[in-house]
Amino acid sequence: MKVIYILWLRQIKRFFRSKSRIVGSVGQPMLFLLALGYGLGSVYKRAGQGDYLHFLVPGIMIQTALFAAMFYGAMIIFDRQFGFLKETMVSPVSRLKIMIGGALGGATTATLQGILVLVVSYALGFRASHFLMVFVAIFIMLILSLAVASFSSGIGSFVEDMQGFQSINQFLVFPLYFLSGALYPLNNVPTWLRIIAEINPISYTVDFMRWALIGQTKFGITKDLVVLLITLVVCVLFGAYRFKKVQA
Amino acid sequence: MIEVNDLVKRFNKFTAVDHISFDVKEGERFALLGPNGAGKSTTIKMLTTLLEPSEGQLFLNGYNVVKEKDQARKSFGIVFQDPSLDNDMTAWENMQLHAILYGVNTSKLKKRSKELLELVELWNRKDSLVKTFSGGMKRRLEIARGLIHEPKILFLDEPTVGLDAQTRSLLWNYVDNLSKVKKMTIFFTTHYLEEAENNADKIAIIDHGKIIQIGSPKDLMKLTKTKTLEKAYLKLTGESIRDEKVDPHEAWRSRVRARNMR
Ligand SMILES: Nc1ncnc2c1ncn2[C@@H]1O[C@H](COP(=O)(O)OP(=O)(O)OP(=O)(O)O)[C@@H](O)[C@H]1O
Ligand SMILES: [Mg+2]
Repeated sequence: MKVIYILWLRQIKRFFRSKSRIVGSVGQPMLFLLALGYGLGSVYKRAGQGDYLHFLVPGIMIQTALFAAMFYGAMIIFDRQFGFLKETMVSPVSRLKIMIGGALGGATTATLQGILVLVVSYALGFRASHFLMVFVAIFIMLILSLAVASFSSGIGSFVEDMQGFQSINQFLVFPLYFLSGALYPLNNVPTWLRIIAEINPISYTVDFMRWALIGQTKFGITKDLVVLLITLVVCVLFGAYRFKKVQA
Repeated sequence: MIEVNDLVKRFNKFTAVDHISFDVKEGERFALLGPNGAGKSTTIKMLTTLLEPSEGQLFLNGYNVVKEKDQARKSFGIVFQDPSLDNDMTAWENMQLHAILYGVNTSKLKKRSKELLELVELWNRKDSLVKTFSGGMKRRLEIARGLIHEPKILFLDEPTVGLDAQTRSLLWNYVDNLSKVKKMTIFFTTHYLEEAENNADKIAIIDHGKIIQIGSPKDLMKLTKTKTLEKAYLKLTGESIRDEKVDPHEAWRSRVRARNMR
């Protein structure tokens, strides 16, 4: 337990020491919120869909948590390049604990970033349907982040360098996000797009988040929760399996 | 305490370690010497579970290194040739993390860390981030960190590179004491032959992945009819400079390392 704690703490400390990461982490989601929220808001309203900012915020929070948690895998690549990975690899601690400790740290910082975005959204006029539901939203971000951080540690374990890692981000994570219904409602989209969204786990997390914050759901929260938990289990297994084979 | 039988490591077609065997007894100080690229670090990486051997058996403290990794890992500590500190944490935090990875309890952690940081004269810098350290300070911290948990076997891969003469002699005194008082087994490599001459009970000379001679410093000098270990070493390995195979990954790492050292 102590081992998991200290590896978790390492990620937290590194995060708070890096001002650029904190600023960067809210910068991009903010851009999305402002550009899309205000840019498309009026179109959205004219189409009779209501307030776009309220629709968008849950999606942007998922975006924040998703990409921040993905970044944890890059940390493993840095740890390998700067040699620190060797230090953990020769220690008499199970690889699973090392993976989980770091991923929990990555998930915590990702969730903190999501919370920061929520705070900013409140400043922009966003209001959750019920204040207590904010805690449900945080819980969803935490589970998603843990899944994604585990997944990304799996990726970071076998991808040699940042370029390789970035291409996974670009060819897998970006598409999953953009095709998830985080930015637009899935009601009136072409069938192919709907089908893609329906086999995309991120769609369910976004849907879950939207339910928590603004009380809208397309798939129903049972399905959302089940998909989220299955995603978590699969990602942790994948991460643990790949991380076991990591070469320092 | 350390037993190596017919160990081989191949990287694709290149054989870095070629059927080597030796053993090191408890409390013994063993030096593996050889030119650049001879296979010293590769041997240490296999002994410390970082690399899987291609052939052969390895035992540490009676545990099979390949099959009983966790038991083997509990038995040793290591100071790597390449940097392995977390630059974004303080000296103290690096010590603390290490101690917890090795299950050292809190009171011992505090006591040992203080003792060791004082030994390497970093106590007054304990709360500075490692990235603000000079190359030699980082090296000293790596050494202090490797000693916290008092392992049965200590691997030191060129521990004294970049250290001033004072720190070097301090380190060797400390290490000799560990082997004598605590019966710690020491396995080290170095390119400073006088360090091996003064601090090793047994020396193996490795070249092109093969062990060409094993014995005490005296044995080696007697065998080659020389007066210093350096002369004996040169006689055994020849005077020419080794053409190290350039591996891009390694080359990149050494660039990172050079940058960290600055
Ligand atoms: N991961 C690797 N892939 C391919 N070749 C490697 C790898 N690691 C080491 N080698 C090669 O194995 C040989 C032995 O390397 P090693 O690092 O063990 O040498 P060394 O004896 O420690 O040398 P030095 O004194 O320079 O530290 C070298 O030719 C090196 O290029
Ligand atoms: Mg070496």
